[in-house]
Amino acid sequence: MQKALREAFPRTLPVLAGYLFLGTAYGIAMRARGFGALWSGLSSLVIFGGSMQFALIEPLTQAFAPLTIALLTLLIQARHIFYGLSMLDKYSPLSRCRKPYLIFSLTDETYSLVCEGAPADADPGRWYTAVSALDHSYWFTGSILGALLGSLIPTEALTGIDFSMTALFTVIVTEQSMDSFRRVRAGEIGLGEALFAPLLGGCATLLSLLTVGKSSFLLLAMGLMLIGFGGRWTLSERRRGA
Amino acid sequence: MTILQRFLTVVLVAAVTLFTRAIPFAVFSHGRKPPAFISWLGRQLPRAVMAMLVIYCLKDLDLSSVPSGAPALIAVAATAALHIWKKQMILSIFGGTAVYMALLRLLG
Repeated sequence: MQKALREAFPRTLPVLAGYLFLGTAYGIAMRARGFGALWSGLSSLVIFGGSMQFALIEPLTQAFAPLTIALLTLLIQARHIFYGLSMLDKYSPLSRCRKPYLIFSLTDETYSLVCEGAPADADPGRWYTAVSALDHSYWFTGSILGALLGSLIPTEALTGIDFSMTALFTVIVTEQSMDSFRRVRAGEIGLGEALFAPLLGGCATLLSLLTVGKSSFLLLAMGLMLIGFGGRWTLSERRRGA
Repeated sequence: MTILQRFLTVVLVAAVTLFTRAIPFAVFSHGRKPPAFISWLGRQLPRAVMAMLVIYCLKDLDLSSVPSGAPALIAVAATAALHIWKKQMILSIFGGTAVYMALLRLLG
């Protein structure tokens, strides 16, 4: 496991920067609402979902409303269903002691690191576990730091470092595109096949954001993507049948 | 809320979050092979979802006033360009983040 941690660590550096900063910001925001390190730490340990934890700060100070909270969580977290769907073939064969933790810790950032699979020379199960546990520890450490040190941390000087998350996703889109174009040039896939998924994802999300606004656009975007992929699948099945 | 209610709220959010992460595995497990469409969808999704996540990160941009959106858009372009040029993941991410932080201070 130590070897896996050493191998996985460099890959998780962008998440280290992003999670420490965002986690600290979360701890500080919780403290400003009267929730100390115990609450931030507990939330980061058992929820492990940044956007949801931020969204929960305000409701935690209000009256107990389990149904509303459950629906809000479902709305914000529904995108994880897609992550599970695309990790089925990679996580399903793994041992029963690893799988539950890997599924629990499948955040946006962890997914972005594991979705293309483990490096060829690594033990997949150990590598996935190392990436997930490292990410989890960064997020937990950040939120404890923010809650404990709060005002001592010069967050002003670090403003903008959370862009490392956007940069991480941008690099992965770039890498996927370069890979697709290499395969198009090699004649393995057509241009349509290369462009369909990223264009569908981008257009569906942008269209949803512009029409329903930023509070609930992900759900609409997911619906549009499912319709798009379903349509493409049906067409190609029909062509195959004909 | 009482302390117990707060604790229950955190546990509830954790449970629903875990539900969204685990449901595909629960539906397609126990040796049941997922239908061909689901397997195909699973292979297509990473490229669609990453495009979605970039836009998700940029959702707070206010495009109606030009300077506020500029640092993020320029930095995204710089990150991609740096990656096409050098193909070094860490360099692209930290370079792009440095560009963003610098622009934020120069233009903000």
